[in-house]
Amino acid sequence: MSYIIDRRLNGKHKSSVNRQRFLRRYKTHIKKAVEEAVNSRSIQDLDRGESITIPRRDIHEPVFGHGQGGKGSVVHPGNKEFQSGDRIPKPQSGQGQGGNGSASDSGEGDDDFVFQISQEEFLDFVFEDLELPNLLAKELKEVVEYQIKRAGIVADGTPSKMNIVRSMRNAQARRLVMSASSRKKLHEVEQELIQLQTQEAILRDRKKEATLEQLAEELKQKIARTPFLDTYDLRYNHHIKEPKPSTQAVMFCVMDVSGSMTQETKNIAKRFFILLYLFLKRRYEKIDLVFIRHHTSAKEVSEEEFFYSRETGGTIVSSALKLMENIIKERYPANAWNIYGAQASDGDNWDDDSSTCMALMEDKLIQHMQYYTYIEITPRDHQSLWYAYEQVGARHKASFALRHITELADIYPVFRDLFQRRPHA
Amino acid sequence: MHDLLKAKASKKSKLLSEGADWTFEKIQIYDEAIGKIAAEYGLDTYPNQIEIISSEQMMDAYASVGMPLGYHHWSYGKQFLNVEQNYKRGRMGLAYEIVINSSPCIAYLMEENNMMMQALVIAHACYGHNSFFKGNYLFKTWTDATAIIDYLVFAKKYVQDCEEKYGIEEVELTLDSCHALMNFGVDRYQRPLPLSAEEERNRVSEREAILQQQVNDLWRTVPSALKIIPESEKALCFPSEPQENLLYFLEKHAPLLKPWQRELIRIVRKMAQYFYPQRQTQVMNEGWATFWHYTLMNGLYDKGLVTDGFILEFLQSHTNVVAQPEFDSPYYSGINPYALGFAMYTDIKRICEEPTDEDKQWFPDIAGKPWLEVLNFAMKNFKDESFILQFLSPKLMRDFRLFGLENNAMDSYVEVKEIHNETGYRKLRERLAQQYNLSHREPNIQVQTVNIYGDRRLVLRHIMDSERPLNDDTKEVLKHFHRLWGFDVTLESWNHTELMETFYSKADDV
Repeated sequence: MSYIIDRRLNGKHKSSVNRQRFLRRYKTHIKKAVEEAVNSRSIQDLDRGESITIPRRDIHEPVFGHGQGGKGSVVHPGNKEFQSGDRIPKPQSGQGQGGNGSASDSGEGDDDFVFQISQEEFLDFVFEDLELPNLLAKELKEVVEYQIKRAGIVADGTPSKMNIVRSMRNAQARRLVMSASSRKKLHEVEQELIQLQTQEAILRDRKKEATLEQLAEELKQKIARTPFLDTYDLRYNHHIKEPKPSTQAVMFCVMDVSGSMTQETKNIAKRFFILLYLFLKRRYEKIDLVFIRHHTSAKEVSEEEFFYSRETGGTIVSSALKLMENIIKERYPANAWNIYGAQASDGDNWDDDSSTCMALMEDKLIQHMQYYTYIEITPRDHQSLWYAYEQVGARHKASFALRHITELADIYPVFRDLFQRRPHA
Repeated sequence: MHDLLKAKASKKSKLLSEGADWTFEKIQIYDEAIGKIAAEYGLDTYPNQIEIISSEQMMDAYASVGMPLGYHHWSYGKQFLNVEQNYKRGRMGLAYEIVINSSPCIAYLMEENNMMMQALVIAHACYGHNSFFKGNYLFKTWTDATAIIDYLVFAKKYVQDCEEKYGIEEVELTLDSCHALMNFGVDRYQRPLPLSAEEERNRVSEREAILQQQVNDLWRTVPSALKIIPESEKALCFPSEPQENLLYFLEKHAPLLKPWQRELIRIVRKMAQYFYPQRQTQVMNEGWATFWHYTLMNGLYDKGLVTDGFILEFLQSHTNVVAQPEFDSPYYSGINPYALGFAMYTDIKRICEEPTDEDKQWFPDIAGKPWLEVLNFAMKNFKDESFILQFLSPKLMRDFRLFGLENNAMDSYVEVKEIHNETGYRKLRERLAQQYNLSHREPNIQVQTVNIYGDRRLVLRHIMDSERPLNDDTKEVLKHFHRLWGFDVTLESWNHTELMETFYSKADDV
């Protein structure tokens, strides 16, 4: 006696709790891997998971067993030339019994335990690093709003979406097809009847006429019995969700690359830019990224260059602001683009340049911007640029924010401000 | 010509199905046909529950060590990720059979498989493994197929409740320690009481009280320097004899454990006990299932129920399963239990039906006897070790070209001790059987003494086998033991009368 059960509709993810437990237990390993991944990936490349590698010895579950040494004994198959009493010299490595290693087929050794985490999990770890509260992390991962679009006709759906015209057309076609043979017969019978009826009354075969009439009647009834509407005929309007096209945005990343900026400082800045990018991605369908780096002069560069090339020299921030202004003029008219700016620096600037920055910011830039954020990543005291920007911030509370950051967790408050504002509300 | 066509037509009409794809209806038809042939051979089985699952669910099944449900633990997550990764990299086509020793016996069919494969799994799992579970003495003695599912439900719920009450971390720590000692949580000689979820549930609270009482009795004597302990009492050793079931000992006697922790130890113990027979009958069990899928599938073909194409495809799959790479092949990873087991049952059948002079000399009891009876006798009354010792024939040793090696750590060479020839057969067979002897494979470690009048130090004793020392995990496992025991633990490695090595775990290294 056998019972056959279809379990495919049951949950697929019986192991998901255990998987989560595993991830929780090895959080530190995973975090490290995620951190490295973030540092090596581009800002826009955050919509995939990551492969995590943990040394096997770290996840090993210990059990009592025999170690190397003593007298080993083993039986193997496939003897070719050995005779009893033969002595086979051991390889120098002092390998024991062998025969239980499993071969690896790629670059990863057997010493590494490798597994994948999903994009969602990846982002969770990123946000955790930044100490983003859950609510916010959820918002960042949210997909853009959808709008419903018509997409043709399908054979199943809900009654409210029924397409009457198409359904009736189908029904008619089906009725025609289903009753075709009966109608053909009816036509023949009627022809015969007409022939009969055109004959002289004396010659008419009344009996045949009666049967034919009866037959015609039956056929008519049969045709009438064809179902008028069948579920098979029903057609429904099909709708699909499409991301709602919203306006486009451009994000300016400005960073100081003078000698005083360490790679670590740049990596913190990168987290900040990533977060801003994710935030914008939620709101806009199209986001342009513009990277401007500066020391004594500013230059538009690729992302790779932006984060990883080394420069030396002094710092003139206003050069970057001027360049940004020019780019906005040329390529991003404010009536067609939502403009965001994010600037990271360790606070170094030529003293007399800071006032220039303030003027540029207030006269030329801020009115075109949705929001401009400045973060200063330094353990030291503030310098002139900070104080200049502080004045801008005071006068333009709604669109200018500045923060002093010494560690990752400090980034979040800037975003709290951003999220509290609802530019499209 | 005409007759030929007729014959073809009649043969065609007998076919169970057309086309390679499976449907529920076809599965039922095949299962009935295979079941019928199995009944003709007198296979005695539990009822079957055949579950159709997706490959992803198969990974779940693998990760839960073939349990239909288990308590949550990170180590199962680790297994799942491992299976998933291997599957993704194509390193492992998911094996097509996981079967659960329960009544009804649960077997899984993967939806991606074609009808031939489904029929093969039905023959292998639902009639092969199933009859082995029902017939073999170890399973009869140690497991209760009708109660296991209920017990698992109980265990899962109990662990979950503990997590809610005491936190996931706490529960995980205790379970980690239990898992480290899982292989030492088995009664090897004493038949355990049958499992009953109902009783377990009812007795949990009752047992908690009793257990605590037992522990209290043991520790009633408050250690005190002032109290003079009479010599007569000092001489009383505790435990009175060495205890090999370490988890059982901890569950009953660890002084500081909370009642729920004792219950968790018990759950892990029950699991270990349930899997214990499977660890001792791999060759026999896989061999039996493989022998019967081979016999039953051929039975379908002989009755004209399946096409030539079907049986050819089956044979290809079967050949892969019973392949035995040689020791110097890159694919070699020890003796394949499917290959050895299948060869042995097939060989026993041959000895019964067409014994050679050699067979008559080696196996006077079975040469020429009805094969089905002999095969059933073999399946029911042995475990791997004794099965090989009893039934491995010289012919098979020649076929496999087996040879025995001895490797003494002191020597610079490995010595070939015996090969597949007249002088070697018996010794070779013993050596191979020994390889499947659990007590040879696992170190012999027992609770020796507990200082119940002083610092409660516990001494574990390892009796060396073939002078083999303990592995590098020893210290770690000892920490786990310490965590459960709560006081200092010492592990002594003895070679006969000589103390070779001592491991300590003190309060500050947990």
